[in-house]
Amino acid sequence: MNGEVDLSTRLRNILAIIIALLLVGTAFGVQMMVDTPDLPPFDLLPTLLRGLSTTIMLTVFGSALALVMALFTGILRASPYRIVRWITSIYVEIFRGTSILVQLFWIFFVLPLPPFNVSLSALQAGILALGLNVGAYGAEVVRGAIQSISRGQIEASIALNMTPTMMMRRVILPQALVRIVPPFGNLLIELLKATSLVALITLADVTFQAQTLRQSVGVSRVTEIFGLLLVIYFLIAYPITLGVRWVENRRQWA
Amino acid sequence: MRGPVWDWEFVIEILPRMLEGLQTTIVATVIAFGVAAVVGLLMALGRRSENRWISLPTTLVVEFIRMTPLLVQLFFFFFVLPRYGLRLPALLVGVIALGLHYGTYNSEVYRAGIDAITKGQWEAATALNFSSFNTWRRIILPQAIPPMYPALGNYLVAMFKESAQLYAISVVELTTTALTIGTETFRYLEPITMAGALYLLVSYPSSLLVQRLEARYARRG
Repeated sequence: MNGEVDLSTRLRNILAIIIALLLVGTAFGVQMMVDTPDLPPFDLLPTLLRGLSTTIMLTVFGSALALVMALFTGILRASPYRIVRWITSIYVEIFRGTSILVQLFWIFFVLPLPPFNVSLSALQAGILALGLNVGAYGAEVVRGAIQSISRGQIEASIALNMTPTMMMRRVILPQALVRIVPPFGNLLIELLKATSLVALITLADVTFQAQTLRQSVGVSRVTEIFGLLLVIYFLIAYPITLGVRWVENRRQWA
Repeated sequence: MRGPVWDWEFVIEILPRMLEGLQTTIVATVIAFGVAAVVGLLMALGRRSENRWISLPTTLVVEFIRMTPLLVQLFFFFFVLPRYGLRLPALLVGVIALGLHYGTYNSEVYRAGIDAITKGQWEAATALNFSSFNTWRRIILPQAIPPMYPALGNYLVAMFKESAQLYAISVVELTTTALTIGTETFRYLEPITMAGALYLLVSYPSSLLVQRLEARYARRG
């Protein structure tokens, strides 16, 4: 019996059906919007989507900062100097140990006050909070990946007379980077979801637009407003998941 | 007149209110974790079901909840439920949304835990003529549940931190208390920093505890 093969084929079929349904659904939705722009609930879309560029910008810049912080801190946490390890672990523990919402509020409300006097726009505050928070989680992923490189690899590099920098660059990182892809995909989804928090510091992302709609269109349509909002987030997040799975499968195959 | 920078007197003055907020945060987290534990189990069983009409919709719902923001789900329940005549206190709405959101995470833990039990155990149970109920109760669950503790513990700590989002639906927990004090006194430095410190004070030792659990099960496994 080849039960394993059956299962994976079945899963692939199910996935194909879901994707097909999503595509058909989107096509139908777009068609209906073009034909009858006032047809509920699609009349709400233009206002909601006005926040989309902010959400996407936050996701892109936030994840760029997070990636830099994760790699930088993750590598430094493997440093031979104790003081470097301490400083990086203080950063990681503070950002992992407190709520991202509190970090966002701290950056937005406290940083402009004395003794800091650093005024940031809401967008800058959002990017900074997202990048630093998710970067701290990413640093742990990078550290774990570096530690998972087997002892033999390190011994071999030493035997080949490599410098520590060279060993990191040529032996450890190329192998570690492959292992961080799936967890980083999950972190990207977490970051995307966390972008919605900037609505609470009055930055006009899609969630903020939904709140505006709720106040202008009225309570009678809240189901449509927040239902659509959930679907918008899902439609951004789902392709990311598919992409991560694709990379993962390719890696196993390689 | 308040001190120009960090004012310890002010800290002492607002500490009781902050601790009250922390208490609400902890209560909300614990109840929500109970919800997540049960909901997660139902979701895991639903996804494992042999009936496609159960497993497929469950998978869809779980993936949908996992991939959309908790904040939006909070708004959804907070604003939509009253439309259908269900007027619940904000704290209860928050607990339900938080529990449902993390229930999807827990369901993955359950699934992985159950899948980790080798086929031989199931076959042995069948060979010994165990009923389905007894197989689960005597063979599968006793082996599957203990290794789940670390992952569940991590999610408990995560829920504690994410419960700050209940601020958005005006539940008076730790974050809300800090911001309210800020707007009342025009001093944001102390309350928000204290809120962060209190979160850290609870979550850091908790995650150390989880790490110890992890080490324990890693040794056994």
